Amino acid sequence: MKDPSDESKGPIDFALSCPLPISDYPTVQLAHGGGGKLSQLLIEKLFVGAFGNAALEQLHDGAVLNVGSSRLAFSTDSFVVHPRFFPGGDIGSLAVHGTVNDIAMCGARPVALSAGFILEEGLSMEELWRITTSMKEAAEEAGVEVVTGDTKVVDRGKGDGVYINTTGLGLIADGVEISPRRARPGDRVLVSGQLAVHGIAVMSVREGLEFETVLETDSANLYPLVARVLERGGSRVHVLRDPTRGGVASALNEIATQAGVGMQLEENSLPLREDVRGACEILGFDPLYVANEGKCLAIVAPEAADSVLAAMREHPLGREAAVIGAVVDEHPGKVYLRSRVGGMRVVDMLSGEQLPRIC
Amino acid sequence: MKYVDEYRDGEQAQQFVAAIGEVVTRPWSLMEICGGQTHTFMKSGVDRLLPDSVGLVHGPGCPVCVTPIELIDRAQAIARRPEVIMTSFGDMLRVPGSTTDLLNVKAEGGDVRMVYSPLDAVRFAEQNRGREVVFFAVGFETTAPANAMAVWQASQKGLENFSILCSHVLVPPAMEALLGASDNLVQGFLAAGHVCAVMGYWEYEPIAERYRIPIVVTGFEPLDLLQGTYMTLKMLEEERWGVENQYTRSVTREGNRPAQEVLARVFETCDRKWRGIGEIPASGYRLRSEFESFDAEMKFDVGEIEAQESPDCIAGEILRGLKKPHQCSAFGERCTPEHPLGAPMVSAEGACAAYFLYGNREQAS
Repeated sequence: MKDPSDESKGPIDFALSCPLPISDYPTVQLAHGGGGKLSQLLIEKLFVGAFGNAALEQLHDGAVLNVGSSRLAFSTDSFVVHPRFFPGGDIGSLAVHGTVNDIAMCGARPVALSAGFILEEGLSMEELWRITTSMKEAAEEAGVEVVTGDTKVVDRGKGDGVYINTTGLGLIADGVEISPRRARPGDRVLVSGQLAVHGIAVMSVREGLEFETVLETDSANLYPLVARVLERGGSRVHVLRDPTRGGVASALNEIATQAGVGMQLEENSLPLREDVRGACEILGFDPLYVANEGKCLAIVAPEAADSVLAAMREHPLGREAAVIGAVVDEHPGKVYLRSRVGGMRVVDMLSGEQLPRIC
Repeated sequence: MKYVDEYRDGEQAQQFVAAIGEVVTRPWSLMEICGGQTHTFMKSGVDRLLPDSVGLVHGPGCPVCVTPIELIDRAQAIARRPEVIMTSFGDMLRVPGSTTDLLNVKAEGGDVRMVYSPLDAVRFAEQNRGREVVFFAVGFETTAPANAMAVWQASQKGLENFSILCSHVLVPPAMEALLGASDNLVQGFLAAGHVCAVMGYWEYEPIAERYRIPIVVTGFEPLDLLQGTYMTLKMLEEERWGVENQYTRSVTREGNRPAQEVLARVFETCDRKWRGIGEIPASGYRLRSEFESFDAEMKFDVGEIEAQESPDCIAGEILRGLKKPHQCSAFGERCTPEHPLGAPMVSAEGACAAYFLYGNREQAS
């Protein structure tokens, strides 16, 4: 048995084998969880480096596993949002929607959830009850049950009230084949509604920004919308993704890189509310990098674009769906945008942190 | 969106581009002073619509880029003190000092907070009487009035736990320093509209006369930049010099008098070192002696600071318009937004960041 006092091996081994250049980032920064380049680097170099396997290396919103004759989607997500209650939602409903949506983005019907709570000593029981009730309602509405869970309590000052982890299982129907690698030139890029609403809504509360209108989060269960999209588009639906942290720009860059294709977006086609656009203009944020909850990107074969768009628009969550661009042969791995004024530019991945800790 | 879409109209942009094409008969080199203008050029892609004969050189108007590295190291040293809450605009947090940035200081336990206004820092000071709240006050004439107002309010409220680490810089002396240099390439300026909204543009008239150069006060939307570019080129082609105002919706010759008054009350002009450029006489603000109790440099003794720039970074030549970001051997390879060697790669107004983010590295190659 290893002598616990013998520490000479551990750190040195780590230093020799750590795939991230430790000298550049000796400590974890918020941006490592921001959904942009640093997150990607951390995941790909450190975690995939350590755990690497075929399912993980798909780097999709969830893993797809063959179990017996079934195809299962399996995904996990942790929620550390602050403040815990924000216009239109709270950490509880977000924790259900986040994982249910990750499952839906694999083209799967969500079946069951687990819930892990890390509670800080001193959290008001009434608040925990409100969060739990909100989770219950969200789960019922999504048609899933929370079937297992775990609770830990940490000392006062060592948590932020409550952190929640949810893990979900879903079933993938026959004929559905969703993978970022299936994006191919000619495909159309669709989004199911207004961009950047969640990120701006949370930030307006957290930072005490006062706008003339109250922005509510768009956090929602996307499975019913995805079910419609799959029903109409079938195997011509190639990629699904919910553009949460890092926004649409980071999600599309990841897909472009994984599929080895380029993307071309039209700024004029991006669905943006006036108040969200105004907030972004004032704060100097690019809405393409702001987090969404309850929005779905779909990359579909060109002949299916109209019918999938119509399917989205028939659903209450997809009324403002739009085709925002196309997959192209040129500039593989890169996303370009034609600006309102008619110029072209690259839309890179988010680098660093636009908004700290949204979800 | 009102007041925005009017200035991003594709058809009007084409008309300006056509007009520029008609007026230009030979190569010209223009400098947009402000990094915000550089970013609009590239984010909207209008730089790619201009004729090849119109060269844009990117000016020093990136406040965090020109903040001396010694001061960034000093800010980090102050931020490490346990009694201090260091507050700053978000843009400053990722700017590299000699060894690290303020975000790393935060990750290591320093209390570093991003604020949207210096008045938020004053509020922190009121709410945290047992702590020392420091605001990292950088910027040009644009941000200076709000920072002056923060100091003024703190003094009115008798807040003894509020101070600023001041590194304010001024545009006209920097323009003169560029124009007076033997290696100057700039033939016309797009002056920074927001600076002029505060200060007016009368200060530029003697510069335009002395150096016989056109200076056009220009806004920040794509059509502003195209119109400002057109006006500057027209003056050059007609062999005229002087100051013209494209940004009439915000700028008058005299500027914003109340803002100037609060500036004069709190600050006085001083010599100032610019990162990458060097010391420029009378190019900055410091607190007047009656406000020196709000000066974080006097308040916190953090010992001698021996700062060191990366030997590979050519930010100085970029900020003076002598080189473009892609002409740097480290650009996009050893220097990226994740691993910056110099400030222009991480600032929202930095030229290197604009080239990197919006893809001008490819256009250039």
